[in-house]
Amino acid sequence: MLEVQNLVKSYDGDRQKRKRGSEPSSNGTPPQRVFAVNDISFSVKPGELFTLLGPSGCGKSTTLRSVAGLETPDSGTVSVGERVLFAAGASVTKKVNVPANKRGLGMVFQSYAIWPHMTVFENVAFPLRVRPRSQRPSKREITERVDRVLETMELLQYADRQATKLSGGQQQRLALARAIVIEPSLLLLDEPLSNLDAKLRESLRFELKRLQRELGITSIYVTHDQIEALSLSSNIAVMRAGEVVQLGKPRDIYENPRSKFVAEFIGTSNFIDGTVASSDGDLHIVETRDGRLVLESGAHMPVGTEVIVSIRPESVQLTTERPIGIENVWEGNVTTRAFLGDAVDHVIAVGKHEIRARCLPHVSHAPGSSVFLQMDASKLALVPVD
Amino acid sequence: MTLAPTRPSAPMPPIESGPSEPPLWRRILPTPKFLTLGVVTLIIAYLAIVPLYYLFWGTFFDASGFTLDGFKRAYGNDQIFDLVGNSLWFAVGAAALSLVLGTGLAYLQVRTDVPFKALFFAASIIPLVIPGILYTIAWILLGSPDIGLLNHYLEPIFGRAVIDVFSIWGMIWVEGLQLSPIVFLLMVASFRAMDPSLEESALMSGAGRWTVFRKVTIPLARPAIVAAILIMVVRSLESFEVPALLGLQNGIYVFTSRIYFVLRDYPPDLSAAGALAVGLLVLAIIGVIISNYAGRASKNYQTVTGKGFRPRPMELGRWRPVAGLLIVGYFLLTVVAPLLVLLYTSLLRFYAPPSKDTFSTMTLDNYRQLIHTSAALTALKNSLILGLASATLVMALMAVAAWIVVRSQIRGRKVLDALAFMPLVVPGLVMGLALSFVYLRSPIPIYGTLFILLISYCTRYLPYGMRYAVTSMQQISNELEESALVNGASWWQTFRRVLLPLLMPGVVAGWIYILVVSFRELSSSILLYSPGNEVLSILIFEQFENGQFTVLSALGVVMVLTLVLLVTIAYKLGARVGLKQD
Repeated sequence: MLEVQNLVKSYDGDRQKRKRGSEPSSNGTPPQRVFAVNDISFSVKPGELFTLLGPSGCGKSTTLRSVAGLETPDSGTVSVGERVLFAAGASVTKKVNVPANKRGLGMVFQSYAIWPHMTVFENVAFPLRVRPRSQRPSKREITERVDRVLETMELLQYADRQATKLSGGQQQRLALARAIVIEPSLLLLDEPLSNLDAKLRESLRFELKRLQRELGITSIYVTHDQIEALSLSSNIAVMRAGEVVQLGKPRDIYENPRSKFVAEFIGTSNFIDGTVASSDGDLHIVETRDGRLVLESGAHMPVGTEVIVSIRPESVQLTTERPIGIENVWEGNVTTRAFLGDAVDHVIAVGKHEIRARCLPHVSHAPGSSVFLQMDASKLALVPVD
Repeated sequence: MTLAPTRPSAPMPPIESGPSEPPLWRRILPTPKFLTLGVVTLIIAYLAIVPLYYLFWGTFFDASGFTLDGFKRAYGNDQIFDLVGNSLWFAVGAAALSLVLGTGLAYLQVRTDVPFKALFFAASIIPLVIPGILYTIAWILLGSPDIGLLNHYLEPIFGRAVIDVFSIWGMIWVEGLQLSPIVFLLMVASFRAMDPSLEESALMSGAGRWTVFRKVTIPLARPAIVAAILIMVVRSLESFEVPALLGLQNGIYVFTSRIYFVLRDYPPDLSAAGALAVGLLVLAIIGVIISNYAGRASKNYQTVTGKGFRPRPMELGRWRPVAGLLIVGYFLLTVVAPLLVLLYTSLLRFYAPPSKDTFSTMTLDNYRQLIHTSAALTALKNSLILGLASATLVMALMAVAAWIVVRSQIRGRKVLDALAFMPLVVPGLVMGLALSFVYLRSPIPIYGTLFILLISYCTRYLPYGMRYAVTSMQQISNELEESALVNGASWWQTFRRVLLPLLMPGVVAGWIYILVVSFRELSSSILLYSPGNEVLSILIFEQFENGQFTVLSALGVVMVLTLVLLVTIAYKLGARVGLKQD
């Protein structure tokens, strides 16, 4: 449905520096350019919810706004279905830049952008009313479509209310209603849940997912919240400093992070440095400062390679007795313990390492006690040394 | 489990507290706090109330008791309809012109990629550094049918003098131009505060740029626009320089110029003038109330900015050169032309349109004359004395008053707040008239001295000082004061050692603002001055009446330079002195 290819958007770094009062690069060197989006490509299949995930300043919003037409990239192509919305750059034969108001996409803004001087009904009817005369539906049809959408969003009873007199969650649904009333081919969502409190965010997350599946609208979702990304997406693109560092299904990204950044950004992770001691097909043995680790990995690991092994806290099992006949058992001392309600976090000192383990609520080892850690070989992941 | 002491502790000496009853003399004399607060409150109340009281008294009472004769004389003639009509027409016209100019420029500045954006802000400083009287005189030199430069250049084309600045249109033009930078700043603030995603979502919904402007931008800006209209209407109603210099010539009267005219008769008809003044005051109060109401309605549209994505400025494309031309044109008209014509005139011996002759005979004689004329030096001295004194007095009063209003729990502090803001609705001319009423009948020999001007200035600038002081006080946390008290400081010590130093930036800003604004003051001084007590703007007015264009231009240039110097020093000191919407 959506094809984004080689998108690049940059700013004049020197001018930014001058604005902020620091010295620009001295003469001789070419002017610094800051790449907000640095050669990004991805494609989204119809009906998918595709998430751009990353920390502030990684370029995810700029990418989304480029698809929307609110930002003009330096080069690259954006096409929805057969229609090219944007094309520019050296390799492009015909430059295209469809204006934002002609792209026919639906967008939900972070601040909802509900017009305070209109009622709920008027907000949703707006996109239909501003259609050029030839394509504008009749008044009766507009009312029908708006009412239908409002009913889907459970806002019909507020139709005549001033739009600002709604709660946060209702405003969010209103923003969504307005975005889908034109039945767009693509829905763009720019951190729609970040203005809500935690409880509301949780419940609306589920609603959003249900709605998107029911309506089957292809969606691009931008967020910095990894839980939202994991729970909502068909595919996630993790972004950093203008580039996509990993793209894949949520489970894949979670269990097989391909860099330390991704491993740290999504969930928490323990990192253990080591060197490959021997390999046998998919089975590798890694020597670390505090012990041996056996792990499975499809990656090619010659002996002597420096690696980082990552394991999630919930994959670390704690026992008071040494398990027999199992690999990857280390011994250590519990330094801290924290009861979280649905889990108990332990920090265990193993030699110079500190390993975090997240256990079920009934498992609890007092600080100072000696425990055995058991790490499942299939849950150990290799992360490239950055 | 109780904690047993490891060893018995030595008995602590009792805390030194003073005698439970203060000595008799302490109880009878008021505390410094009480004195300070009391004196400040009394002064503010006196300044705010007494002039108005005497105004009403002098209007409604004469030797024989309560009378409406003054009203009859003022309003009971057939010129009254012209008077009201002209006043409203002038006020609404000037407000409309300033609104169109200011809003259009503000939109271009904030939302588009129009070139020369720095010129906008240069133009918005102008009303601060060019006194109204100079600006009006500059436009006379440009647009007078007899001597105006513009007419001189356009005459060959049109065959006659097309521009007559001495008409109601001329008045509207000059006043509108003068007010447009204020509207500009108001609307820039409004457009900036608008969440850009409101317009972006309209774009995403398929609306064209013009539709977005019509259906989203303007409705959201409507409260600010309405407030701006009302403020400008009230300002134009109170304006004196423009109607006096441009309207009197052809008998076009508005309230302010009529009051002035009535007072120049011999003997001056004080009750009639008072009746007119009361009428103007009522109009001003109505205008302020309505604009306050409109201002409150705008709170409903206060939008929250989400990510702070600045909207991509609208690209003007083919229209960019046109818009750029408009900006340059506006700048030339409002800033360059008046200043240039003043400068030019100041270098001539007698006024004539530019020609080879005039350029070859340019001289600095006018400036030399200024240095040697005692009148000019006295006027400068008076302006400086009055400016410095009123700024200092007002800020000293307001620092204390701000404490009362913001920090204390004293009952009636809201009343003090209202009193300090009351002079805002009183047009300058009305204030001058009211004060002359007060001191004409008073045994204290104040009338005809510099002191009465000082009282007038202090009264007029109470609201501005109050605003600066209150804003500053609100930014100082309660706890700073409380910790001083807990540490044993008296009220006066706390005020002097903790609050005052922290207030200083705001106090200095207010001080500078009052100094600059008082330098330009005319409308209240014109009824209160006496020979030897002129200020600069009065001197210019006198010279205008004597037809001494060249000398007054030199004086004007000096005045503008002084003001520019003052404002520059202010900016360097970090004071955010700008055109506040007042």
